[in-house]
Order: sequence, then C-alpha cells, then structure tokens
Amino acid sequence: MPQARGHVLVAVNEEALLAGARDVAASLSRALEREGLADEIRVMETGDVGVAGRGVALVVYPDGVRYGGVTIADVDEIVREHLLKGRPVERLRLASAPTQNAWAVQRQSRIVLANCGKIDPDSLDEAIASGAYEAIAKLLESKTAPADVIAEVKRSGLRGRGGAGFPTGLKWSFTAPGDEKFIICNADEGEPGTFKDRLILEGDPHRLLEGMMIAGYAVGASKGYVYVRGEYGLSIRRLQKAIDDAGEAGLLGDRVLDSPFAFHVEIKKGAGAYICGEETSLIESIEGKRGTPRIKPPYPGAVGLWGKPTVVNNVETLANVPPIILRGAAWFRRFGTQGSPGTKVYTILGHVENPGLIEVEMGTPLRTILDEYGGGVRGGKRFKAALLGGAAGAVIGERGLDVPMDFDGPKEYAAVLGSGAILVLDEDASIVDLLHGILRFFRHESCGQCVPCRGGTVALVELSERIRSGRGSSDDLERLVSVAKAMQASSLCPLGQSPILPVKTAIDTFRAEFESRQAAVGTRP
Amino acid sequence: MKELLEKYPRSMESLLDILHELQDAQPRHYLTRDALRAAAEHVGAPLSEVVSTATFYSMYSMTPRGRHIVRICESPPCQLVGADTLLGLLSAQLGVAVGGTTEDGAFTLETTSCLGVCGVAPAMMVDAELYGNLTEKRVTDVLADVRRRDAAG
Repeated sequence: MPQARGHVLVAVNEEALLAGARDVAASLSRALEREGLADEIRVMETGDVGVAGRGVALVVYPDGVRYGGVTIADVDEIVREHLLKGRPVERLRLASAPTQNAWAVQRQSRIVLANCGKIDPDSLDEAIASGAYEAIAKLLESKTAPADVIAEVKRSGLRGRGGAGFPTGLKWSFTAPGDEKFIICNADEGEPGTFKDRLILEGDPHRLLEGMMIAGYAVGASKGYVYVRGEYGLSIRRLQKAIDDAGEAGLLGDRVLDSPFAFHVEIKKGAGAYICGEETSLIESIEGKRGTPRIKPPYPGAVGLWGKPTVVNNVETLANVPPIILRGAAWFRRFGTQGSPGTKVYTILGHVENPGLIEVEMGTPLRTILDEYGGGVRGGKRFKAALLGGAAGAVIGERGLDVPMDFDGPKEYAAVLGSGAILVLDEDASIVDLLHGILRFFRHESCGQCVPCRGGTVALVELSERIRSGRGSSDDLERLVSVAKAMQASSLCPLGQSPILPVKTAIDTFRAEFESRQAAVGTRP
Repeated sequence: MKELLEKYPRSMESLLDILHELQDAQPRHYLTRDALRAAAEHVGAPLSEVVSTATFYSMYSMTPRGRHIVRICESPPCQLVGADTLLGLLSAQLGVAVGGTTEDGAFTLETTSCLGVCGVAPAMMVDAELYGNLTEKRVTDVLADVRRRDAAG
C-alpha cells in the first residue's frame, strides 16, 4: 500500500458511536474513493480524541484540525474542501484559538493517552507500530531481574491512580512470596463523572495488557484479571479482542515471546455494584460472592484472590508502567511534581465549554484545567464550584482554584485525585441539590454489611431531604456533619468513610446557601 | 440451559458470568428459580449461596421485568442537567414508579449509577443501547421508537 499523505481519525467511543460515528466513517471512505483520494488519505477508527459532548468527532492529520458534530451530510464538504483543496471547513471546526493551543500543550504531556485517538484500538499491528510490548520484550530479552523492575518503578515515584496515590513500586514489593500469585486490574470505574479508565481501555487496550504483564513479571504472577464494570459493553468487547489477538501473536500465553515467562489475562464482568471498586470487595466478587469488603489487614498483597498474594492496580496506573520501563524512571520524573511525578488523566464535565478527557502534568491547578482545557465556564457564566473526584469527592469553591493538584496537596485534593472527575458548576447551580444527589448515591450503593454505613447513609439522605425542603430544624446541618463523622470513624471500608468529605466541604464552603434554603421555606420552630 | 452452562468452568469464579448469561437468555430479563438452581449445581455451591450473590448486584433481577429495560442515570453529572425531571417524565409516560413494569410487560423503569458518558449527559440506556443529550422530546421519541420496533416484530 502506498504511503498515505494524510489520515482522518474518527473517534469511535460510546458517545461518538451513538451519534453515528460508524456511518460517518463509512461515508468518508466512500467519498475518498469517489474523489480518487483513497490511496492518499486513510480513514481510521480510533478511541477518544479528547472531545466530549460534540457528537461525531474527527481529527485530520497532518494538519491536526479537529471537527465536531459531523454528520453524513457534512462528509462531502469535508472531503471536497479540506482534503482535496486544503481548506478546513470552519463551520464544523472545534475551534477557538485557546482550544487548539490547549490541544498542542496537552499532547506534549501525554503519557497514558499517547496512543489514544491516534491508533485503531482494534488493531494489534498499529499498537505494535506505536511501541506496544516493547517494554516487556526488553525485559524478557535482557533477562532483567524482577527485583530491578520493582526498583525502577519505585524510583519513578509512580503512585496509584485509582484512589489516594499509594506508591505502586512499594505495593508490588509488599507482595508475599508464593507459588501462585495474581495481578488484578481494577477497571470497576464507578465514581460518578469518571470515565478515564473506560477511555484508556477503549483507546489503547494493549498498553493496559502490557502494564499487567510487566506487573506479573515483577512480582512473579502468571495470571491476570481485568475486572470491568458490567455496563461497559464496548470496553469488554475491545479488551477481549486485544487479549485474543495478543494470545495469537504469542504475546500472552504459556511462553510470552518464546520466553519461559507465562502470562494469561481474563476479563471479569461486574454486575452493578459501586462497592466493587474497593479492592477487597472486587476480589470477593471475582470469587463469585457478594461484593462486601474484607477487613484489612491482611492486605491483598499477602492474602488476596483465593487467599493468594495479589496485586490490585488501577487501569491508569498500569498504563503508566510500560513507558516507565522503556524510557526509565528519570524520564518519568521530568513530569509532574517531586512527590507525585508523571501526569494525571481527568474528565472535565458539567458547565464548561469543552467537556472532555485530558491528560496534564501532576500539580496543574484547577484554574488552568478549567480555563485552558475546559474553555472556561459555559455561556460566559461565573464559576461557582467544582466537585472533584465524584461522589466520594470534595466541593471546591472559587478560593480553591489555584491549589496545585497532586497527592501531596491538601486532603480535599489528595484524597480524590485518583478518579480524576471534575464536575464544574456555574453560578446558577444548587450546592444543596448537588449534595443531596451525592447522598442518595451513597444510600443506594452502601453494601449493607456494616451498621454505621447501612444506617448512616439512610440518615444522611433524610436529613438532607429535610434541609432541602425547608422542613428541618436549625441544627440539622450540624447533625449532617456529625453523622458523617461517626460513619468515617466506624465504617469498615472507604464507602462509609467517604460521605464526610462532600458533606463537610459543601457545608464549609457554602454554609450560607444551606442556611438560606432552610430559611426560604421556613424553619420549623 | 445446559449447553449455555457447559462453556464455563465448574467453579464459583464463573458465577457472575453465568448469572449474566442466564438472565440475558430469559426474555423477561430475570433469574428464574430453575436458572438459579442450575447455576448452583454447575458451580457446585448450595442454592442459598448463589441466591446470596445474585441478590447483591443491581444488574440481576429475581422477578420478571419488562421486555425492555429503561435505565436512566441518576448520578450528579446527569442530575445537574435535568435527569430528575426526565425521570419524572419517564415515570409519567410509562405509568410506573422506579422499579415498576408496565402492565403490557413492555418496559421496566430503573435508575442506574454513572454510565460513563457524562459528556452527553443526561443519559439513559434502553436494553444495551445508550442514549445521550436527552431532552423531554428525545425521551418521548426513544420510547415511541422502541414501541414501533416491537409492533413491527
């Protein structure tokens, strides 16, 4: 096939698919054929291209022009004007100068998402052409000692991207000796407003598989599980294809790349339980049981799946591993902050101009993310607050916009950084209603195993409902905080320990709004 | 049912997958007593243990549901842009509360936690299909569409 002079990448994530991405891609191919451009310009399907909420999105290379909201009716114009004559179709262009600038900046610090939006996620060849499996090949070829792999990851300073940032190398080094060990990739992404792991799974599944293989090599495990949310149909299909293709190519199996190292990966599909994002609940669930948390210690590194030593890492964490092995800890440390090297993937949503998926260096403050990448608050309105980290997250007001976000920052940032969800609220949004929604979520998702959480989540919703409808008494706000505090002190797992963060940050920052809501409807004597 | 089960190793590890598949194979999207018993026998666990697992997860149902399951997302990003109003609309149009099934057995209305398509919030799923950027009109159209497809067989 002749060398193509250009590529049109069509995003085929869930959003784009439901806006008709497949039809647009097919129509593009036909139009190129018709215009005699088929040999010069290739249409490729790819994962997320960093645009959300804009229907079918395309990126045209080499120019890097991004289009959004493309329909079949627009295809002819794009082909004729842009691809044939070189004049981008301004009307569809995603556009403003700051956005393009942001795109350029953003691409420079893409580690995890380096290939997302550039390669066809269903193609092993394209993944390999972009460097997939080079790191594991290097380890196997040079017969690097597993201890050296752990040491390199430790030196890199990589910290877990699922929750509060436990050092990954240290976690690996805590894995107890044993004949049989497991690697589990936690892809049970349930925190509302978070879908970064889904987009990594759907955009570059081979990178995740390689990360798991390296973890397996380092700790001496030959079996890996990916626990994916049952609702993530597309992720499951793509990942399964990647596993099958890698198996056929000899990249997974009893002899990886003809070496004595064996590694197998299996997908486990969840069934709708937020609590299974907690690592011990997840393990219970793989064992076919109710997903209720275990008491820690012992930690999974000592007693995990089927009682064997098990490493549980988040998708984004594992996706960071291959480049660290390939390019070294020193390279990785060039990004981010001293205590939290590397980048962070965020989903920025809500009342912003450009919702979407971004990857920026650790330590980037919220204001930069909001203004430069999110394009500011939608419709020129004023910023009111951001909910960081989903339901188990923190409400940040205007004053918190300039705090560098990393794992060493103030607790309300550090504790919630992992999930990477940023939900922006404009001046018209109600914090009282937001908190109510969050508390309802916890009531629904409490697993019911321990009493403080089972009873506490119900009490929180009742109190919040009273405040919201103005039927409350004046000390209900204090009661809300004290119930959440009691839950934090006495619950078994992070679910019951979490509500205090949204409750406290919301009330501390917006107390007046809560009080006036009570007063507006009239307070019970 | 036998054929379906044989694909899976006889271990508790297969239980969630087995339950998913048995439920999907049932036109009313639930786990029948027979299905639960067959699953228990296959994995070699007491029925009580299998029921205990099945009742924990929100994606499994122990009672018959509609031919179509409408699940609207109730997480904060969707709520922020009007999911509550749409839930009220769905409930009124279908004439059932959350968890209820329409009299003709066509629809069951459920809520779901985050579907991970917050960029097009508010969002819902009807069976395996995702719908985003929902408005009152779009919700009405989607329901009508499903009904039309049903009528066409």
